[in-house]
Amino acid sequence: MYEGVIGSLIERLGKLPGIGPKSAQRIAFWILEAEKQDIDDLANSIVEAKQKIRFCNVCFNVSEEDLCRICRDPRRDLKIICAVEESKDVIAIERTREFKGRYHVLGGAISPIDGVGPDDLRIKELLKRLADGVVVEVIVATDPNLEGEATATYLTRLLLPMGVSVSRLASGLPVGGDLEYADEVTLGRAFEGRRRIQ
Amino acid sequence: MPVFRDEAVVLRTHKLGEADRIVTLLTRNHGQVRAVAKGVRKTTSRLGARVEPFSYVDVMFATSKSLHIISQVESINSFGSQISDNYPKWTAGQAMLETAQRLTIEEHEPALQQFLLLIGGLKSLVTDDHDPGLILDAFILRSLSVAGYAPSFANCARCGTDGPHRAFSPSAGGMVCSSCRPPGAAAPRANTVELMSALLTGDWEVADQANKPERTESRSLTAAYLSWHLDRQLRSLRLVERT
Ligand SMILES: [Zn+2]
Repeated sequence: MYEGVIGSLIERLGKLPGIGPKSAQRIAFWILEAEKQDIDDLANSIVEAKQKIRFCNVCFNVSEEDLCRICRDPRRDLKIICAVEESKDVIAIERTREFKGRYHVLGGAISPIDGVGPDDLRIKELLKRLADGVVVEVIVATDPNLEGEATATYLTRLLLPMGVSVSRLASGLPVGGDLEYADEVTLGRAFEGRRRIQ
Repeated sequence: MPVFRDEAVVLRTHKLGEADRIVTLLTRNHGQVRAVAKGVRKTTSRLGARVEPFSYVDVMFATSKSLHIISQVESINSFGSQISDNYPKWTAGQAMLETAQRLTIEEHEPALQQFLLLIGGLKSLVTDDHDPGLILDAFILRSLSVAGYAPSFANCARCGTDGPHRAFSPSAGGMVCSSCRPPGAAAPRANTVELMSALLTGDWEVADQANKPERTESRSLTAAYLSWHLDRQLRSLRLVERT
């Protein structure tokens, strides 16, 4: 066990997501051996990010300003919203370059067993965005697991009566894989979501 | 590494590290077991869909000093994908999983009755046999009985005097006579007591006929009885959507 400054550094690093005690110790010693400038830059980046980054007023994506880069962009289609669980998901979908609308970051998925209900997510804020009738489609892009599915079920039930069309990302087979290795749930979903070839 | 194999229902999962999950399962022969499922959060994982909550699986565990590791899983029934498109069913199911988890806290302590009850409850939920809320309340009352906390709906839970009695007290263990009645005991309507008794014994002909006021009252008394024995409320219970 390490005491004092190094001990508290290891303890703090160990609280980072995905970092166990062993990794925390490795990172702590890497920090001790690294160039002072590199560590100052790292520390400053952390402080700066925490000070400057907040949530977009419209979509709740992380942003340095009141409106995020995507909500500020006049080329984005105002008629379509893609609802995702986390800001990380915005980045993943942006990488596809497939989606030209705007986002809505819900802040997680409904998970009763963890005590997380609909009121703990930014669902009311999503409904507010639909009030003026500009948005005609909502794509529900929650995670393809049960909480994500159930959250999509809940959202769909709220959204359909508002007159918007609602779609869900297709679940299917990973590109580059062999069919025989697919699990039965994924393969079943892929059958449900099959498309007709024109 | 020694291995063991068992049937199990996945109760819940927690994220671990970058791509793993810790999975809590209720097994047929080994009670509640926690194990690591490696790499399941990657979209290419074959294991992922099989170790979701509600999955009924045939699973092989590799044992270790700290956490067991799930080495193989075959699906027996994926109850979850059959209820996630129905919000009232899914939330009722979540409360069933949480009840089962809380009542079988001892790891590796066999809990066969509890396991069979859970399988039965989930099957019933999937097949639309009855109202999801009633299925949940029946499951809670029977789970508590299996755990040794069977409520008494006829005789006085304290002194055993023949019923019917008018007062219900979770701390006393069910219906109580007028002399045993503790302060603050509820005074449910007779039909509610009949409904709860039917849910406990599996008399669905009676239970399915129950009207809304009895269902509502039975729901809150069942919740009160459960939280008395668990020492606190289930987290999922307030989020169950009743129709
Ligand atoms: Zn934005």
